[in-house]
Amino acid sequence: MNVDINKYSCPLPVMDHDTVQLAHGSGGKLSADLIANFFLPRFGNPLLDRLDDQAVLALPPGRLAFTTDSFVVDPIFFPGGDIGDLAINGTVNDISMCGARPLYLSVAFIIEEGLPFADLHRILLAMEAAADKAGVAVVTGDTKVVNKGSCDKVFINTSGIGLLPDNIQISSTNLQSGDRIILSGSIADHGMAIMTSREGLSFQTRIRSDTAALNSLVDCMLQASTEIHAMRDPTRGGAAASLNEWAKSSQIGIVIDEETIPVHPQVRGACEILGIDPLNVANEGKLLAAVPADSAQSVLEAMQKHPYGKEAVIIGEVVADHKGMVAMNTSLGAARIVDMPLGEQLPRIC
Amino acid sequence: MKYLDEYRTPWIARHILTEINNNVTRPWVIMEVCGGQTHAILKHGIDQLLPNKIELVHGPGCPVCVTPLELLDKAIAIAARPEVTFCSYGDMLRVPGSDHDLFKVKSTGGDLRIIYSPLEAVKIAREHPDRQVVFFAVGFETTAPGNGMTILQAEKEGLHNFSVLSSHVLVPPAIRALLSLPDNRVQGYLAPGHVCTVMGWQDYEAIARRFKVPIVPTGFEPMDILEGILMVVKQLEQGRYEVQNQYRRSVKREGNIPAQEIINTVFEVADRNWRGIGPIPASGLRIRQKFADFDAERKFPVSSIYPREPEICISGQVLQGLKKPKECTAFGKECTPEHPLGATMVSNEGACAAYYKYNMARVGRI
Repeated sequence: MNVDINKYSCPLPVMDHDTVQLAHGSGGKLSADLIANFFLPRFGNPLLDRLDDQAVLALPPGRLAFTTDSFVVDPIFFPGGDIGDLAINGTVNDISMCGARPLYLSVAFIIEEGLPFADLHRILLAMEAAADKAGVAVVTGDTKVVNKGSCDKVFINTSGIGLLPDNIQISSTNLQSGDRIILSGSIADHGMAIMTSREGLSFQTRIRSDTAALNSLVDCMLQASTEIHAMRDPTRGGAAASLNEWAKSSQIGIVIDEETIPVHPQVRGACEILGIDPLNVANEGKLLAAVPADSAQSVLEAMQKHPYGKEAVIIGEVVADHKGMVAMNTSLGAARIVDMPLGEQLPRIC
Repeated sequence: MKYLDEYRTPWIARHILTEINNNVTRPWVIMEVCGGQTHAILKHGIDQLLPNKIELVHGPGCPVCVTPLELLDKAIAIAARPEVTFCSYGDMLRVPGSDHDLFKVKSTGGDLRIIYSPLEAVKIAREHPDRQVVFFAVGFETTAPGNGMTILQAEKEGLHNFSVLSSHVLVPPAIRALLSLPDNRVQGYLAPGHVCTVMGWQDYEAIARRFKVPIVPTGFEPMDILEGILMVVKQLEQGRYEVQNQYRRSVKREGNIPAQEIINTVFEVADRNWRGIGPIPASGLRIRQKFADFDAERKFPVSSIYPREPEICISGQVLQGLKKPKECTAFGKECTPEHPLGATMVSNEGACAAYYKYNMARVGRI
């Protein structure tokens, strides 16, 4: 029997893949390749490049703000953004809402095996751009790959820390009767962008998510006044949930005026068709602020000069009446309750 | 926004309200039949703007609310079957059955899909031939053509893994039943605009004559509702009882004939149990024998279902316009949207939910 030895070779593991494999999360060679080829080129900085298990940060004295958030949005790409910039902006905003200046983020990925590398790359590019724009550095991270079906494409957790100046006291327990409620712009864009980009809806719109990092807007507001009592980015549950949380936390009442609340026509149309109240729909690039009456105008004007606050408007005020509840003067001249939304309007919007 | 703002304009509302004030001399009780109208009335605060002499009572026109408990229990049993992909509108998922709701089925591994169009369910059946796809078709005459269309489409495509769990009810028999109650107080009706868009208003002419009540097919925007009330009030004050169409941009006397043809092809009129009200003869639609293969009730025989209603709940009286949600001792206490005791607290269109969600009485303002 003649054996052609050249026909035989030792089976080498396949290293070139179009999609993420379980082995990419194993901590071995493929994991190292993934980090070197995908993550470091996007987030690289002296703190991350050391590839230690932790980032060691030298911080000035003072108070730190620390937050974490997980992102499981479906679909992962949607008009106006993707799960990547959402994960950066969401955590930057959570830090910013107490007046802190966001500095450092951690990023952890849970990836379903089979995720195309092209998708991962696209997500990472968006994260890089969002982090650059917000002026934050990703200093530590983690990647796990799970079996097909154990998660849906990719989930991302980001945590972050920021520095809080000494003279700032912003909290949802600080609202006081007479405070004006300022909204930074139109509501419901993000939630309706997700909703209308889902499969199964037989109408199309050009609604885009408003995902944006609001730290520079907050900077402008704090320059106008350090007396801001509360800030909140109304994400899940929308403006209605944030206002109700404030009313309960501060044991005050809130009254808003329906006619003042900006809702873009396309968004309003989509909400009408689907029977959804825009007040209950998520935003990812808007904030609500409660500001004492005497500084409300200067804060509002500062916001209106910022690109993310051009449509800022005073939508209502804090009252001593009906503690713990939010009311709205309707455009017809009557009043109604704005209740805490019961459950998710939509599953997995962020 | 076009087609919306012109029906929500405050100065027009004030003008109609002045007209209503100028016309009303005596107390009148008017029922808006449709839950969508109830929702709009409370959302925009229309009830607060009307003169005291006009009392609005809320009718049974919430399909989620009147779906019989027995059928909900069947839905829950079918949805829990491992071979079934169960498609439903979101509202139905939270309606409590005897023991739990459809959300519970979902969280324990049931394959439940929330859909927005009936044909999505057909699409799911087409794409998943290995699954038994069941569409929970609930509604009045408004949704019957679309739901009937799913069966015609599935038959045309030979999709034998598709079936419909149908719970369709009809408005005119319900209005007759309410008007025949010994303690009926309702003197005029805002008829449901979308039901009339499909069915027309001929059926209501006989009711108006027989019971001497004005009936006005009415839309869902604040201007529609205010104009509808004005039309009813004028008739009541003048002693007239006619069917008069407020919702002219949508409703024709004969209705939508092609839509009616679909209903008649797929469904036949049958006796129907209304949750909270009880059985009303010839008040529902059931899938014709010819389409038995697409009828989930026949396909998945579910036996031994003995529904139990919470005793404290007065949703039946609320649905009949005999009581207001605020008159229920459980309202806002034992019964909230988080823990609903009856369907009127669950559905967006349910009167109890609308009161809880919008009415300022909860903050002690009214």
